[in-house]
Amino acid sequence: MNKKQKKVLVRIIAAAVCILVLTLLPVEGALKFVLYMIPYLIIGYDILIKAGKGILNRQVFDENFLMAVATVGAILLGDYTEGTAVMLFYQIGELFQSYAVGRSRRNISELMDIRPDYANIEGEKGQLEQVDPDEVAIGSIIVVQPGEKIPIDGVIIEGKTSLNTSALTGESVPSDVETGSEVISGCINMTGVLKIRTTKEFGESTASKILDLVENASSKKSRSENFISKFAKYYTPAVCYGAVALAVLPPLCRMLFMRLAPEWGDWIFRALTFLVISCPCALVISIPLSFFAGIGGASNAGVLVKGSNYLETLAQTKYVVFDKTGTMTEGVFEVNGVHHAQIDEEKLLEYAALAECRSSHPISKSLQRACGKPLDAARVTDVEEISGNGVIAKVDGVPVAAGNRKLMERIGVGCRDCHSVGTVVHIAVNGVYAGHILISDRIKPHAKEAIAALKSAGVKRTVMLTGDTQQVAGRVAAELGIDEVHSELLPAGKVAQVEMLLGKKTEQEKLAFVGDGINDAPVLSRADIGIAMGAMGSDAAIEAADIVLMDDDPLKIAKAIKISKKCIRIVYENIWFAIGIKVICLVLGAAGIANMWVAIFADVGVMVIAVLNAIRALNVKKL
Amino acid sequence: MKKTYKIEVDCANCANKMEDAAKKTSGVKDAVVNFMTLKMSVEFEDGANPKAVMQDVLANCKKVEDDCEIYL
Repeated sequence: MNKKQKKVLVRIIAAAVCILVLTLLPVEGALKFVLYMIPYLIIGYDILIKAGKGILNRQVFDENFLMAVATVGAILLGDYTEGTAVMLFYQIGELFQSYAVGRSRRNISELMDIRPDYANIEGEKGQLEQVDPDEVAIGSIIVVQPGEKIPIDGVIIEGKTSLNTSALTGESVPSDVETGSEVISGCINMTGVLKIRTTKEFGESTASKILDLVENASSKKSRSENFISKFAKYYTPAVCYGAVALAVLPPLCRMLFMRLAPEWGDWIFRALTFLVISCPCALVISIPLSFFAGIGGASNAGVLVKGSNYLETLAQTKYVVFDKTGTMTEGVFEVNGVHHAQIDEEKLLEYAALAECRSSHPISKSLQRACGKPLDAARVTDVEEISGNGVIAKVDGVPVAAGNRKLMERIGVGCRDCHSVGTVVHIAVNGVYAGHILISDRIKPHAKEAIAALKSAGVKRTVMLTGDTQQVAGRVAAELGIDEVHSELLPAGKVAQVEMLLGKKTEQEKLAFVGDGINDAPVLSRADIGIAMGAMGSDAAIEAADIVLMDDDPLKIAKAIKISKKCIRIVYENIWFAIGIKVICLVLGAAGIANMWVAIFADVGVMVIAVLNAIRALNVKKL
Repeated sequence: MKKTYKIEVDCANCANKMEDAAKKTSGVKDAVVNFMTLKMSVEFEDGANPKAVMQDVLANCKKVEDDCEIYL
């Protein structure tokens, strides 16, 4: 608790003790009034002052005014205990609210605790100096010790270690890095000392950008928030006029038309009850708090949401459109099979890998990886690369040709076609066809589960768009269970497909596009909601998308939708609950059934419950 | 031009009122108050002097919510 809150707490305790003592004292008349003024003023002086200032500034319909009128009214009617107690509970409610909001502010900033406080720079004599990361220029060498956060994006020039990236990605498995690896700020160095050459300024580094993004996210207000602020604007004055009407009209009616006693006191008391119920705090605080907690919880799970409004749209997502490469597949090539081998398969792979060992082409790399043995380049001689065809070389003195069909035709070797989908490398050893190796892009490990999870999260249709061939696209779609697939598309074709889908769906059904953010910017911005994945360190993705998945796990798409649904459900619960209880209490109050204590519950109780409910949005672990 | 200021305010409804008051100040094109992060971002009209405008914004906010502060 801060100083202000502690002071209020002391006042609350003092006033509560006073009231308790007074209820036990047998005093009557003027003395009772004077004695009750002690706790009333202790607890309510600031409210009375604020209400007075409000009137001077022509801001009559604020909570302070409502509370002042209600309590002063009750005291004038002789209900000292109620009048003082209303003020007491109002202050308790305010204290709770400010405490709860402060706590969740801190909780969420702890979740996002990736802001580095300092950077270590090596001084002239080799000693470490701590400096403000803002002052570190691009290209400086910084030292990161075990247990410290990497303050600025850069490249490792010395040392190797495991990095804990959980604050950024929600991923708990550490990633190993060594000299030459690019590292991003916000990761925690776990084991070794690192020397890093910075490649960005602190303000442009990943950690700073993410923090900036998350902190500003709740400034983009959702429709529910705008609804509530509009609602509050009309609601409070409406209730105030209602209270005046309730105080004046029924007694007048009774006097003029029914020839009964007017019972002014009773009706005024009911009107005061009205005023106590009317405070819109519960709504006004709980809705932004829910969104803030939802955004905080999501960022802890590695899902960055750029605004409350996007959380709202995401919850209504019925169509999810994917890019293939990099989103559903890894975008890296892998040997998927060795077919029709005339010699030992391992030997075939080794020949191919050795022949291609000088090349850094992705296909060659995948051959080298699949071979799995250290390759001795000295065994390879007379390497001849034939652009667009492949490579011919001597491996251990044996002539080996590895390449496509054209290469085989060129050297006059008949080859067999492959029935599977992917890139095929034919191999001839000693002028004789020896078989072929199938290389294809690998589907991400969670891709299939991800599609199933989307369905269970309420997505109606999944669509995949790709520039790849129909054969490859069809196979991937079938394997993953994707409903619709469009292949051989240029970037403009993807936009056209998305626009067609946008035209077909209804207004309430939203369409999300998921891409890797590298060449998808036009589609990301055209869709109702753009989701970029694998954004660690990619500025383009963070700029273009509305929602950014920090790692490239497609399961996070469904998780993001579930988080948004939970958050929106809580928002609606709070709206209905708070308005519902208030309306019921207003009716009961007008009918004379609800007394001041019910009114206090309708005000403070509802607010406390709504705030506690809102904080639930922070908990997204089990979704 | 857009600038962000740190603010101090106790209740969410008061934050909404501050936002309204800031929006109505002349020289301000748009203003958003974020109660959760206690920040006010103000977009100024072309040619407006942010320093002078913010003094008016602060005065107007004080009118609707006496207990608020904007750290200029």
